[in-house]
Amino acid sequence: MANKHTVSFKLNGNDVDVVVEARELLIHTLRERLATTGPHIGCETTHCGACTVDLDGASVKSCTVLTVQCQDAEVLTIEGLEQNGELHALQEGFTQEHGLQCGYCTPGMITRAYRLLQENPNPSEEDIRYWMAGNLCRCTGYQNIVKAVQFAAEKLSSAQA
Amino acid sequence: MIPRSFEYHAPQSVSEAIELLQKYGDTARLLAGGHSLIPMMKIRFAEPEHLVDLGKVAELRGIREQGKELRIGAMTTENDLIWSTLVQQKCPLLVEAARLIGDPQVRYKGTLGGDISHGDPGNDHPAIMLALGASFVLVGSNGERVVAADDFFVDTYVTALEPDEVLTEIRVPVLAKNTGWCYAKLKRKIGDFATAAAAVVLTMKGDTVKEVAIALTNAGATAFRAREAEDSLRGKKFDDAAIAEAARLVMSICDPAEDLRGDVEYKTAMTGEMTRRALRTARDRAI
Ligand SMILES: Cc1cc2nc3c(=O)[nH]c(=O)nc-3n(C[C@H](O)[C@H](O)[C@H](O)COP(=O)(O)OP(=O)(O)OC[C@H]3O[C@@H](n4cnc5c(N)ncnc54)[C@H](O)[C@@H]3O)c2cc1C
Ligand code: FES
Ligand code: FES
Repeated sequence: MANKHTVSFKLNGNDVDVVVEARELLIHTLRERLATTGPHIGCETTHCGACTVDLDGASVKSCTVLTVQCQDAEVLTIEGLEQNGELHALQEGFTQEHGLQCGYCTPGMITRAYRLLQENPNPSEEDIRYWMAGNLCRCTGYQNIVKAVQFAAEKLSSAQA
Repeated sequence: MIPRSFEYHAPQSVSEAIELLQKYGDTARLLAGGHSLIPMMKIRFAEPEHLVDLGKVAELRGIREQGKELRIGAMTTENDLIWSTLVQQKCPLLVEAARLIGDPQVRYKGTLGGDISHGDPGNDHPAIMLALGASFVLVGSNGERVVAADDFFVDTYVTALEPDEVLTEIRVPVLAKNTGWCYAKLKRKIGDFATAAAAVVLTMKGDTVKEVAIALTNAGATAFRAREAEDSLRGKKFDDAAIAEAARLVMSICDPAEDLRGDVEYKTAMTGEMTRRALRTARDRAI
């Protein structure tokens, strides 16, 4: 066990403990140990953003984070966005605006957009395109993804008002 | 792709980190944001036996103003720089460069200290540091020393850092009045390293150039300053002929590596063009 570490963190609000080798990547811990398969593996080379999760208030590519770096962290994945059986405004936006086709990029897109809207509740189209640029989509051409984020931004801000 | 096995250490302080570096010598590697190192470990381009994570070392984060300098902790991330009103006001060049690095997720993790320490000529901050005349605080078992950016970048992946040293702080002069600045970067797509890029800091006196620094990214084994081009501009009237001559001198010293971004001739020509653009923009901002 010399090389193994017990790592405790919060995943979508629940405490979890895992025993991992230092070299284990967060995406594998999530998918293979914690049955959290929303974050996808697209490229494994830090380029596509399909593996994006929210880690201590930052959008990160979980294929490029070691699980041992997550001691005491708060991790949020697409699985954690729905509340009491109700879809998050972003999930609704992606449905309403047809923001996905095959859906492979979608969990990463939505998780990234979640953090973007926390930081900037009223982003311009340019803001959305610039701050979502770490997530690639091979299907949609991005137009409807922008609309989906705008839909969610409007819904969330009118709920606040 | 999973890195080779290694031992992981999470020191709480710089001194603990240095002790670990001393203990494990060149089998150890510091981990900052991990966005150069982890990809390299995945492809076995780096195979450290001990990884010393600076992530829990709180003293390495933060940005403050002291005298005529910004003092930036090495673990400050690119997004921390972009969102800092202090940096926006006192050194907007740093914000312009950080916004051109990687993509949003890379910028949440990648650190200023890591970008500088990595020693890759494709990293953007080295040229920015050279153009600004920044200096770096290096702390090791023999204590602390301050090294000028001009003396830091030795060769590809080789810097002035000793194996047991940690870059703790980056000191950046606050931009003086009448100083213009620009980082012009050509890249194929978001998240790509520079095909060519030039950083310029320029102070004008009327129509003439009072002071200028030009530094280049990905045009040689390290980022470097184009001294002859700077000399050709200093004290001269800033006009098209002066810009053309500076760009010619820049291109005469470019030695880029051929890769998928282009061959030597193309990259050299683009470095000239980035220099022209950066000079013009810097001049517009200087007035
Ligand atoms: C998709 C992608 C796109 C990218 N695009 C760009 C780009 O356009 N421009 C750019 O500049 N970079 C780019 N990068 C690289 C990124 O900015 C890295 O974050 C940066 O190069 C290294 O910083 P880090 O904090 O991640 O360091 P790490 O990867 O953790 O470390 C890099 C090296 O520096 C050493 N080191 C780190 N911190 C210290 C310290 N404080 N003291 C001493 N040594 C230290 C480490 O031991 C290691 O050798 C990109 C990366 C990716 C994955
Ligand atoms: S799988 Fe992580 S960025 Fe593509
Ligand atoms: S919906 Fe298919 S990759 Fe985005």
